[in-house]
Amino acid sequence: MTALLLRDLKLSIRAGGGALIGILFFMTVVAVIPFGVGPDLNLLSRIGPAIVWIGALLAALLGLDRMFQADRDDGSLDLLLMQEHPLVLTVLVKCLAHWLANVLPLVIASPLLGLFMNMSEVAIGAVMLTLLVGSPALTFIGAVGAAVSVTLPRGGLLVSILVLPLCIPVLIFGVSAAYAAVEDPAPFLPPFLILTAITMFFAVLGPAGAALALRNAGD
Amino acid sequence: MTESLAIRKFSDLANPTRFLAIAERVLPWLAGLCCLLFALGLTLAFTTEGDYQQGDTVRIMYIHVPAAWLSMMCYSVMALSALGTLVWRHPLADVSHKAAAPLGAAFTLVALVTGSLWGKPMWGTWWVWDARLTSVFILFLMYLGLIALNRAMDDPSRAARVSAVLILVGFVNIPIIKFSVDWWNTLHQPASVIRMGGPTIDAEFLRPLIVMALAFTLLFFTLHIMAIRNEIWRRRVATQRRMAARLAGRGD
Repeated sequence: MTALLLRDLKLSIRAGGGALIGILFFMTVVAVIPFGVGPDLNLLSRIGPAIVWIGALLAALLGLDRMFQADRDDGSLDLLLMQEHPLVLTVLVKCLAHWLANVLPLVIASPLLGLFMNMSEVAIGAVMLTLLVGSPALTFIGAVGAAVSVTLPRGGLLVSILVLPLCIPVLIFGVSAAYAAVEDPAPFLPPFLILTAITMFFAVLGPAGAALALRNAGD
Repeated sequence: MTESLAIRKFSDLANPTRFLAIAERVLPWLAGLCCLLFALGLTLAFTTEGDYQQGDTVRIMYIHVPAAWLSMMCYSVMALSALGTLVWRHPLADVSHKAAAPLGAAFTLVALVTGSLWGKPMWGTWWVWDARLTSVFILFLMYLGLIALNRAMDDPSRAARVSAVLILVGFVNIPIIKFSVDWWNTLHQPASVIRMGGPTIDAEFLRPLIVMALAFTLLFFTLHIMAIRNEIWRRRVATQRRMAARLAGRGD
């Protein structure tokens, strides 16, 4: 399992893995927003948490279709399927590797983008914390989408369409927790705890669904 | 066809030929009953009194509420079929959830559109991002995504198995829709018909509503059986074409 984790991490960080493309995409998306809504710093600081969250969501979806497809192309997916380890665990490890390589950099990059958005320190911290807790859920949900479309030659867009509706609760509670930290009357903890619950829920459901789909998608 | 078409167990329905024979017999009755109920329901809907506050717009309810119920029931039927696909690997279950997806999308669209038309005079807006409306909109998007996924694959049985997984994962949305009005304080009113302690809605409105709901349910089942039948025929035609092509190749 550790070997698999390290292998996936190495593959995605080295050339052609596309882990860094995700951060670049994230930054570009967020940088485009001021051109769209105008460089009004007050407005930007108000919509900042939401923008950073949406940017992270889109960037997290970007690399999903490669999660199992690269393994399928070189045949290692069949080896994973034939292992004695439960497939659910294998998928969970692959999700973790994908999250560490593709999504964690986004979380780390988010304070910088928060500065661009003229957000306060508290807001930046809140966005980073909520992203840290909420983004694994995106990967777990995305694993199902990636597994479902693993045999499709151009599944990338379809994965996004299938996965985005399911990601909406994560987005709702992530953004509302981030706003609750900044604005006084709303309590921070309830939405944050719900976000944690969603992540744990999908940590169970996501790998199980993805494993089921991978078994059935085999030729 | 020497085997008898009698049904002894529920699983006997799973034979496509037997299913076709039963569909042949049941469909006219279902369709007729559906038309009757619609006639009765629409008459009731237009002859009962309007609400003292909402006036005639309350009649939109008789389309809106059954369509919304059906949009959820259709997804539940799809989830049951998906279980059938994954557990028993039965082709008829594949066909069933493939045929139900466009129907569900249509019912959801009807619920959204009529709700929007009702919202304009009542709430003063076509659309609000309220929990119930948003979750139903997500349901609509999921139906479309499922249709797209099913169409994207060549092999029908693999497409069915893979979309079955996605249907089951997407089922988490159904309780969210049902309880969204209770969990969040929203503009959309809470449930007033199916609730603990009996319906709070007046019998004057309840009667046409129930009739319309029954009519919509029958409409769904009629269309669903027809769609399954068409899909079975379509697959048989495709198989026969393939066999004909193979035979033609051998004849040369």
